[in-house]
Amino acid sequence: MNIPVNYLLVLAGILFTIGVLGVLIRRNAIVVFMSIELMLNAANMVFITFARAFQNLDGQVIVFFLIAAAAAEVAIGLALMVTIFRTKKSIDIDEVKTLSG
Amino acid sequence: MTSETAHVMSSLAPLIIFLPLAGLLINIAFGRRLGERFTGVLASSAVGLAFVVSVLQFVVLQAEHEALQVPIADWISIGTLDVPWTMRLDTLSVAMMMMVTGVSTLIHIYAIGYMHSDVRFHEDEGRYTRFFVFFNLFVAAMMILVSADNMLMMFVGWEGVGLCSYLLIGFWYDFGEDGIANAIAGKKAFIVNRIGDFGFLMAMFFTFWHFGSLQFDDISAALQAGSVETGVIAVIALFLLLGVTGKSAQIPLFVWLPDAMAGPTPVSALIHAATMVTAGVFMVTRNAAIFNLAPGSANVVAWIGAATALFAATIAVGQFDIKKVLAYSTISQLGFMVAAVGIGAYVAGMFHLITHAFFKALLFLSAGSVIQGIEHGHHHAAHGHSDGHEDHGFDPNDMRNMGGLRKKMPTTYRVYLVGALALAGLPPLAGFFSKDEILADASHVNFGVYLLLAIAAVFTAFYMGRQILMVFFGDTRTEAAEHAPENPKVMTIPLVILAAGAVFMGALNLPGIHSLTHWMEHTLGHLHVPEFNVTVALISTVLALLAIGLAWLLYGRKPMTKGQPDPLRKILGPVFVGMEHKWWVDELYELLFIKTYNWLAAFFADTIDWRFWHDWFHDSVLVRSFKTLTGFLAQGFDLRVIDAGFNALAKTAGAASKGLRKLQTGYVRTYALSVFVGVLLVLSYFLFA
Repeated sequence: MNIPVNYLLVLAGILFTIGVLGVLIRRNAIVVFMSIELMLNAANMVFITFARAFQNLDGQVIVFFLIAAAAAEVAIGLALMVTIFRTKKSIDIDEVKTLSG
Repeated sequence: MTSETAHVMSSLAPLIIFLPLAGLLINIAFGRRLGERFTGVLASSAVGLAFVVSVLQFVVLQAEHEALQVPIADWISIGTLDVPWTMRLDTLSVAMMMMVTGVSTLIHIYAIGYMHSDVRFHEDEGRYTRFFVFFNLFVAAMMILVSADNMLMMFVGWEGVGLCSYLLIGFWYDFGEDGIANAIAGKKAFIVNRIGDFGFLMAMFFTFWHFGSLQFDDISAALQAGSVETGVIAVIALFLLLGVTGKSAQIPLFVWLPDAMAGPTPVSALIHAATMVTAGVFMVTRNAAIFNLAPGSANVVAWIGAATALFAATIAVGQFDIKKVLAYSTISQLGFMVAAVGIGAYVAGMFHLITHAFFKALLFLSAGSVIQGIEHGHHHAAHGHSDGHEDHGFDPNDMRNMGGLRKKMPTTYRVYLVGALALAGLPPLAGFFSKDEILADASHVNFGVYLLLAIAAVFTAFYMGRQILMVFFGDTRTEAAEHAPENPKVMTIPLVILAAGAVFMGALNLPGIHSLTHWMEHTLGHLHVPEFNVTVALISTVLALLAIGLAWLLYGRKPMTKGQPDPLRKILGPVFVGMEHKWWVDELYELLFIKTYNWLAAFFADTIDWRFWHDWFHDSVLVRSFKTLTGFLAQGFDLRVIDAGFNALAKTAGAASKGLRKLQTGYVRTYALSVFVGVLLVLSYFLFA
């Protein structure tokens, strides 16, 4: 299967953009985390693409690191959201604005 | 006497001045602590020793009649003005020294007793010391005056006696009407004397200007050489006359002397009868060289003296205060002396000066004795009453409260009689010889003056007769007189000694022998000695006796009873009122001079100083403009400019922070968007720049 590199890069780009838009626009915290995952996976996609294109395994190793980092980050983020939900009874991130000036 | 001893004795002369000074300094330092007796004895001894030293000088001069000069110190030496402090011992000054210190010693002794009662009567024992300090100071100043070798030193003594006169007149400064009348009397004496001093000063200025020196020797030398124009000499003489009218109480400046009776009686006796007031006559005699060459001015002197003699004698007739009668009598007798030196009869004037010192001092001291007796009697009578009522309106000096004291105070009566007869000029008492010499000289030289003086002599005899009869004869008119005791010996013995002087002093210049004239010639140059004029002597004696007889008719035959008005009042009517009111001279001066002066002073003080300077210029102009300036600086500049600047700075900071605060929204999404925008910017920088 010779999927041209460009298609995979464009796909990663689109995924990344959707992820960014999700972070910027959506109010539900879990959806924001999901969007962040999306962005991270888009970055993974880019690495894999170039690993496949240059027949180099370094890219795939980095993906391992990224997946681990993403998992750790989501664990912490969700723990934060659980704590916030305990006080605010809501996961709307627009509610978390007490540090305003 | 060898010149050695003479030299030693004459070098003691400065003691005449310094002994009284030492006395007063010791009294100031220790007097109060060591008690009344110490103070009095020390003061009297100081003056007594000064008398002894002056007698020594007399002895020296007996042998060697030339004037001696005893230098004490160099005072002023500026350019051509050379004023040393030198004592001039010539026959004139030694005669004065002996008279002054002699009479002063007797009066000091009298004052020991008088002031002892006086301080108790006024309830202030602390003043005893002060009295003797001032008394000694007076003698010292008088000695400086008498022994002066130049006009300025004489002026120093002149001012000094004026000061002591002020201090002693106002001795009881918080008594008198309204608690201040005595102080006012002292002030009046000082101020009126000052006007006379102005005359003396002007004379000194003219003298220095035209003669080049103030020394008496230099002045007579220049006058003999004829180096000064007569006009100048006449002017100097007239200015000296002004000084004499002030110090010796002549018209127009005599008004201080009657008021000076506010002082204690020894003061009146010493200063205002015997010594200070004679300083004027002495000064004219000292400057005889000047007056000899200014006949016009000398004539003025003579007429003023004669007019004063008569004027004052008329006032004395109408007075009821025993001391006031004697005061006006003094002014009148000074008029005799001034008239005498005015017509050139210097010896007659000095002779009368010396005899007058004795009997006037005697009269004043005896009057003091009488007054003190009445005061004692008043206390006695007041305390004797069961209601203990003190009559503070009672005037112990008023002759109408006396009467019949001949039996109550016999010694005083006898000496008073001697003094009064001497003053009236009855032979062979001293006053006859001296007054007669003046009258004799006047009848030769200036008949008008003689006439005035003769009439004044008649008045003199009359008022003294009136006084004696009112005070000593008849029945006692008040309780106080009834209980008046005789005074202690410390007071009566000096009176007796003075009385002896009043009787025998005529021997100084008996007609035919003329000891005093010969003595004075050594200083005054050759003097014309008139022969004894029997006519004049006879006329004056007869007139005096007639006057005394008239007094007896009015006051002796039917003695005045209590409350009865003076018989003269009915006879003379308005003239007597004039006499009683001293011819309204004080009121005239008040109207002419004092009101204007006070108005002027009030004008300067209130209008110019307060209303113009303080209220307008200071408050309106200065303060208001200062306030405006500072107001401008504070409000306009400080608030509006400086404060505004700093406030604007602060406002800017606030506005900036307000703007920047808007970045901190608190929304997570906004921060995420900022991160995204930042990433984009960085990427675009790397890609396109």
